[in-house]
Amino acid sequence: MRPFQYLRPDGLDHAGQQLIDGARPIAGGTNLLDLMKLEVETPDQLVDLNQLPLGGIDETDAGGLRIGALVSNSACAADPRIRRDYPVLARAILAGATFQLRNMATTGGNLCQRTRCYYFYNIDQPCNKREPGSGCGAIGGENRIHAILGASDACIATYPGDMAVALAALDATVQTETLKGGTRTVPVREFHRLPGDTPEKDNVLEDGEVIIGVVLPPPVSGKQLYRKVRDRSSYAFALVSIAAIVRMEGEAIGSASLAFGGLAHKPWHDPRIDALLAGQLPSDALFDQAADLLLEGAEGQGSNDFKIPLARRTLLAVLREATGGAA
Amino acid sequence: MTRSLIMDKPDDRNRLDAMAQGVIGQPLDRPDGPAKVTGVAPYAAEYSIANRAEGVLVTATISAGEVTDIDEQSVLSMPGVIAVISDQRMTARAAQGGAGKAPVQQVRHVQYYGQPIAVVIAETFEQARDAAKHLKVSYRAGDAITDHHDPDIPTDPYQDPIDQGDLAHAMKQAAHAVDVTYTTECHNSAPMEPHASIAEWDGKTLTLHSSLQMLAFNRKELADSLNLELEQVRLVSPYVGGGFGSKLGISPEGVAASVAAMQLNRPVRVVMLRQQVFQCVMRRSETVQRLRLAADAEGRLIGFGHEARVSNLPEEKFGEPVTQASEFLYPGENRRLAIEIARINLVTAGSVRAPGEAVGMQALEAAMDELANAIGIDPVELRLRNIPERHPSEDIPYSSRKLIECLKIGAERFGWDGADRRPRKRREGEWWIGTGMANACRVHNINEAQARVSLLADGTAVVASDMTDIGTGTYAVLGQIAGEMLGLDSTDVLVQLGDTTFPPGSGSGGSWGAASTGSAVFEACEAIREHLAEQLGTTEAELTLKDGFAIAGNRRVALPDLLNGSAIERNGHFKPGDITKAYAAAMYGAFFAEVAVNAYTGETRMRRFSGAFGLGRVLNRKTATSQCMGGMVWGIGSALTEELTFDARDGHIVNPDLAEYHIPVNLDVPHLDVVLVEERDPAASPLQAKGVGELGICGAAGAICNAIYHACGVRVRSFPMTPDKLLAELPVP
Amino acid sequence: MSLTINGQSYEFDGDPRTSLLDYLRDGCGLTGTKKGCDHGQCGACTVLVNGQRVNSCLTLAIMQDGHAVTTIEGIGTLEAMDPLQAAFVKHDGYQCGYCTPGQICSAKAMMAEAENGWASFVTDDLEGEVVLTDEEIRERMSGNLCRCGAYSNIIDAIKEAMTQQQEAR
Repeated sequence: MRPFQYLRPDGLDHAGQQLIDGARPIAGGTNLLDLMKLEVETPDQLVDLNQLPLGGIDETDAGGLRIGALVSNSACAADPRIRRDYPVLARAILAGATFQLRNMATTGGNLCQRTRCYYFYNIDQPCNKREPGSGCGAIGGENRIHAILGASDACIATYPGDMAVALAALDATVQTETLKGGTRTVPVREFHRLPGDTPEKDNVLEDGEVIIGVVLPPPVSGKQLYRKVRDRSSYAFALVSIAAIVRMEGEAIGSASLAFGGLAHKPWHDPRIDALLAGQLPSDALFDQAADLLLEGAEGQGSNDFKIPLARRTLLAVLREATGGAA
Repeated sequence: MTRSLIMDKPDDRNRLDAMAQGVIGQPLDRPDGPAKVTGVAPYAAEYSIANRAEGVLVTATISAGEVTDIDEQSVLSMPGVIAVISDQRMTARAAQGGAGKAPVQQVRHVQYYGQPIAVVIAETFEQARDAAKHLKVSYRAGDAITDHHDPDIPTDPYQDPIDQGDLAHAMKQAAHAVDVTYTTECHNSAPMEPHASIAEWDGKTLTLHSSLQMLAFNRKELADSLNLELEQVRLVSPYVGGGFGSKLGISPEGVAASVAAMQLNRPVRVVMLRQQVFQCVMRRSETVQRLRLAADAEGRLIGFGHEARVSNLPEEKFGEPVTQASEFLYPGENRRLAIEIARINLVTAGSVRAPGEAVGMQALEAAMDELANAIGIDPVELRLRNIPERHPSEDIPYSSRKLIECLKIGAERFGWDGADRRPRKRREGEWWIGTGMANACRVHNINEAQARVSLLADGTAVVASDMTDIGTGTYAVLGQIAGEMLGLDSTDVLVQLGDTTFPPGSGSGGSWGAASTGSAVFEACEAIREHLAEQLGTTEAELTLKDGFAIAGNRRVALPDLLNGSAIERNGHFKPGDITKAYAAAMYGAFFAEVAVNAYTGETRMRRFSGAFGLGRVLNRKTATSQCMGGMVWGIGSALTEELTFDARDGHIVNPDLAEYHIPVNLDVPHLDVVLVEERDPAASPLQAKGVGELGICGAAGAICNAIYHACGVRVRSFPMTPDKLLAELPVP
Repeated sequence: MSLTINGQSYEFDGDPRTSLLDYLRDGCGLTGTKKGCDHGQCGACTVLVNGQRVNSCLTLAIMQDGHAVTTIEGIGTLEAMDPLQAAFVKHDGYQCGYCTPGQICSAKAMMAEAENGWASFVTDDLEGEVVLTDEEIRERMSGNLCRCGAYSNIIDAIKEAMTQQQEAR
């Protein structure tokens, strides 16, 4: 770990001022300190947000919930309203990491979790995300955990988290405080970026901008599922994950909202899939079409080729379950 | 005084059963347990030593070549940095188990990516780690072979192959034949305690607190590395946070800490970063294994072939002994067993828990399942029909072998139904359910060992040896052996281990620890018994020791009275002799597994897992059971999750951490049902005990492979059996 | 900056880079908390902070201002072991012992989490009462790796300690 100046702002605007170039905010620290020890992250200043009033889960005027940025993953998953009205979110959080890590990790921090790409993690290997212009070690290298959707010649990393996949299915929004003192809201579906030729930017946050909360829309009825496929039964990142919210109207699918993890540089949401399913009678043929849409343009990199059939099959399992079909 | 035994023939006296105390075999708690659960047991890095400096290793970022320059100035001005050391005495690799001399040193001559090349010493750990990352190193890269999956890498024979009869002909003649190739990937031992050392140098003597398995050997390795006399080196390892082979030999951080302490004249601690444990200790070699099994109409093997390709660095003598158990487990007069070794530039291949059988047995037992399916018989029955009378190549007898009992008892406990082995017969929701079984087999090893037993004037005893307890239960079992022999409650026996000031034990490895060092303790106790018998005016055979009393005929004297104020101290010295050549001695068992395979995703979950094992005399039922369970967990890892992945372009490990190298977690492991089959093996040791620590892994993954096939009909011949490997052949539900 | 460790007050004024784990081990001599990976991937460093289990390697000592930390040394001692510690000895819920303090701290917190109704990944009914079945305990203890493979015995030990705790009420 490089030496850094440890700062503890006494207010949100103060935090914004401290978050100048070369500074990093820290909340739970579970990802940042991991990366700082490896010197993947080398901040000059560490701005500890933990004293800021960014906790609490409150009801919104619109009938949804607002989760403070500093609410721990554990507290979020344990909240009775979330368990009752947003089970996909509770399930996604509980599918990630461990109790210890979830006790530390925060809502805001988790959204900013960085990729687990092997080459990003190894400072002796090329990585355009870590060191723009150095190349991508994963292309032509080992890429079992890498992206099959939305990747670029510069980067094939995935966003590794679970929580944000559920938030994308729920169409939640991220609230931020910008350096200028204003707040801004960004849909979770647009918060993370595709790598393009600037993979060093994981998301749309600007310098000095701090996540202050996440807003969930009013609860929707229907079945909420989070399905995570991984290499061991717990404490492993997703190979493929799917958050699904499916409401049936009689025999037909009334509405569907699906988001996918482990496939891309961001939680993957394709509105065409939701639109395709809405109003249709559930059938394997329909689910196959949904998979076709999802995997249109999917590209394997060698060791992750299997994610293409795996995503298709996992989607079939999720849609059958969500629409009441037999396994 | 020392009593020695060179074991040339079986010890049928069965002395331990003739004793009266009744502690041997009992499932006693470990005496070291309370210190472990309260956190006061000191591990290598935990000695508080004044003025201690901290070191962090620097490792190579090329696959092969020369270090042309290490720019010390690039870090010496950083706060707290004391020195950069890249000394010719430092070691580039860990020593192989039992080497007893320095491993490859030349740290500036790079032969694998991740090789230690220097150590940075600073006042604090954070300063040292940061400086290690900043150190500027220049290289001249050389040619390297880094793709271990490349089938075209030239190989050399490893050991002389066994060729008997005509296997190719037998395959043609066979009523049923299987000719299949299985592969396994590289593994890492990944003990929970990273390799750690603190070195202290007083100008004459070096003391190294280190996490090591075989101190008597490690002492020689360290002395040789540093050009010191043996007497100048003391190693201290009373608690070892797991080893599994990775701490058999002196490891680079221990030598680096020593060199630094001697150069700086202050204590130095070097602890490997977790990534370095992966990068520069030991890997288990990957294997490619061709199995040819030729059976007659009844399923009796007439031909048996097991050929493997493994790899290692140039100059390393070790080759994964894949066919070790295959040499004697099954019959077949037409045989070919051979191992070829490819020389590659990847981290040293060495012993990882149950070298040979861990991967050899899982492939063999999966192939046997394929044979059973080809014949259409119960795989348990196939095993029962293939138990040779004598060693098929060496024509020597087997020592005690409880394979039949293990198969029958294990099958019964599990509720094995071998009648219909057709796959895809049982489905629960999304999950295909299946069962599978496998034989367990692991050679029995014994090593030279010494121990000292003191019967103190107060009637309590002290056992001392530089033997280690790496989680194996050595503290418990040595105390029970001495307690049984001397008629003491085991709480009246203090066991002191892990210090080279004590007599040299066998060290922990190859499952030989308890049988070897235990036999040395046994010998010392026999000598004490002889002395006590003499004091009491009787013979050793007539002497009964129980509850602190010496009893002969109608005389019953408390030990303190008999000792009359003076202690008795005896050394025991045990040496394997002709016995190792006279018998094929091994541990046997049987695994039974039930798995669920997700029909959509190919994920496998263990539902039930049983093992029945014959290990000779069980010295402590509790710790022996735990060892077997541990092996089975390794079997689950080997079957389903563990794979050290290398980038073929430069040979660097892409998953050198516990996030991406997946050792099983608690949820991966079902309740483990272990049964220890009663056995005494007089040819194994004077204790009639064999090895315990490795058998539980040897074949375990084969049972899981067979269960997966039975569940879903996919025969995966590539371990680990991750979801991607099942998907290709798994029908969409 | 001051914090409480096992009920005792400590002042920290060291290098801000110091992890809570290194501070406990090297700064306070509380070496019962183990360093297994230093990256939140093994759980050997698990301690309780304000009653919740955390990986002490992934937080900084300097961030613990005013916090109350409990380490294995604060759970029980050789002379007065916690029932969980005694159950680990009885059921051989360890082998090498290196992951053990973390397992025990984790189990301690797990029992409290379940009482608070926290669901886990394997909980069927997110809103129902939490029953610590074997599968639930396995999932909840999956953040603590044990390379020796003592998992089966760890489950037995925890179950015994839970039963004792229930009977004590």
